[in-house]
Amino acid sequence: MDLRKEPNEAPNWKGIFVFAEQREGQIQNVAYELLSEAKKLAADLSCGVAAVLCGGEEIEKQAGSLFDYGADQVYLVAHPELKSYRTAPYTRALTELVNKYKPEIFLIGATTIGRDLAARLAIRVNCGLTADCTGLAIDPDKKILRQTRPAFGGNIMATIISPNHRPQMATVRPKVFRKSKVTSRKSEVIKFNPVIKEEDLMVNILQIVKDESVKVNLQEAEIIVSGGRGIGDPKNYKIIEELAQVLNGAVGASRATVDAGWISAHHQVGQTGKTVAPKLYIACGIAGKIQHLVGMQGSDTIVAINRDPDAPIFKVATYGIVGDCLEVVPALTRKIRELRA
Amino acid sequence: MDIVVCIKQVPDTTEVKINPETNTLIREGVPTIINPFDENAVEEALRLKEKYGGKVTIITMGPPQAVEALKQCIAMGADEVFLVSDRAFAGSDTWATSYTLARTIQKIKKFDLILCGKQAIDGDTAQVGPGIAEWLNIPQVTFAVKVEVDGIKARVERLLEEVNEVAEVPLPCVLTVVKQINEPRVPSLKGMMRAKKAEIKTLSAQDIGADQTITGLKGSPTRVVKIFAPPAKGMGEMLSGSTDEAVSNLVSKLRERKII
Repeated sequence: MDLRKEPNEAPNWKGIFVFAEQREGQIQNVAYELLSEAKKLAADLSCGVAAVLCGGEEIEKQAGSLFDYGADQVYLVAHPELKSYRTAPYTRALTELVNKYKPEIFLIGATTIGRDLAARLAIRVNCGLTADCTGLAIDPDKKILRQTRPAFGGNIMATIISPNHRPQMATVRPKVFRKSKVTSRKSEVIKFNPVIKEEDLMVNILQIVKDESVKVNLQEAEIIVSGGRGIGDPKNYKIIEELAQVLNGAVGASRATVDAGWISAHHQVGQTGKTVAPKLYIACGIAGKIQHLVGMQGSDTIVAINRDPDAPIFKVATYGIVGDCLEVVPALTRKIRELRA
Repeated sequence: MDIVVCIKQVPDTTEVKINPETNTLIREGVPTIINPFDENAVEEALRLKEKYGGKVTIITMGPPQAVEALKQCIAMGADEVFLVSDRAFAGSDTWATSYTLARTIQKIKKFDLILCGKQAIDGDTAQVGPGIAEWLNIPQVTFAVKVEVDGIKARVERLLEEVNEVAEVPLPCVLTVVKQINEPRVPSLKGMMRAKKAEIKTLSAQDIGADQTITGLKGSPTRVVKIFAPPAKGMGEMLSGSTDEAVSNLVSKLRERKII
């Protein structure tokens, strides 16, 4: 275990890096969301925004879209061993990149990939890391990044800084910030060739197991219909699925139903599941514990259906209906079907 | 197989409130538990030991009262436990915590496998497990939902956003586990008796040979500068009447908003 060097001195570090996560060659929306947010921060720092795109040799053709969301530059880190995400080669490549180009801020999506990567990268490059930020701002006097995040299950919010270490690294969950297109100014692609070592290739991916119950990707869906304990029985997920289907939406779930084995964990919304922010979130039979609320309260419109008029879910709902899900949900499905007919 | 499990004692999060006048956490009377994901890690270690033989060692970094969490692990069946506790560790962020735990593991024993929960429910960072792996310069596999060990390798199924991924990793390595991996056992009566009598070894900064310039608050790159209660949301509009009336009303509201 090697001892760590002195903190990276702030004055030499400039600019904002955004990790442009890709899966199977597709740049993930969280990258565009972070670029859009980085653009605002960059205005306060009078600096540039760069996207960091890692992938196989063919990834170069994806770089263009990053300029549309605010990247001034794209660092293209192409290498056969970076085609699909693995911890060690990605950590190696990004450490080299950070040490060479010295960004003062580095933003990474808080996905399974981003969390796996950032946690390791922060130790190797010797910097602070704040997980799952929901707010980012530049301190007007000190010009450092103020990172606000929920803690204790969303019961409190904390603002965190990294005063002396660079880069100031933070992860942000998908759908926390909105992506917005810009007219791109520069379009500079800087190629960076990392040296991946033999020791970085110890982990092999043997297989990807698809979950057939996931029909619409939860985090990309514009409408989500979620079921909780209040639906009474796992077989009643059928009525949730029917409403989701007629609305072209995805099926979500509370932690309680996932823990009870009613539905797979890929559907879970909340603190230990996914953060979603669709146009419409319909919570059926979900009480609305704070851990669930932190995962969905950014939705544009929230409809809550629950038998208990005191259920906390009504406190965040745009519209609430007190009633039995088994009656209300099928009635809603019918009504929308009629409308579409 | 020598397995080390890192656990954390956490407040039962839903109970934590903030004092609106002082903006500080109200900690009095808040019950503590073993971080639930860490309990899954302990359970998985015990199952692997039952299957492949070996020894399960638990370590936790925390204040003296964290011995309670360690005793619970003994009651579940852990062979040896260590409390890593020193004023020099107070105020550690995940960077300093992972250093301290890695340093401890290196000091106390040889190991084949290190297990952690995927994240702690108080901070929710998921950073300490990978941090330990980095300090020890060994591979990590996060979000494990199934673990099989074959001599010098582990085959680990990971729970990701939309799919599960199966990875093969050489030992020694760090695995972080999700809740779905198992159902933690309830301690036996015999286990509880053993826990009651157990003497808990405490390790100080000096015991583990920690470089104290990089432990605790002083060694932490991050600083918490403010805590506050999340803004309260206003109550929405309740739609009353019969099911049909409420549903019709809802549908027209959603149409007005051009959602459907």
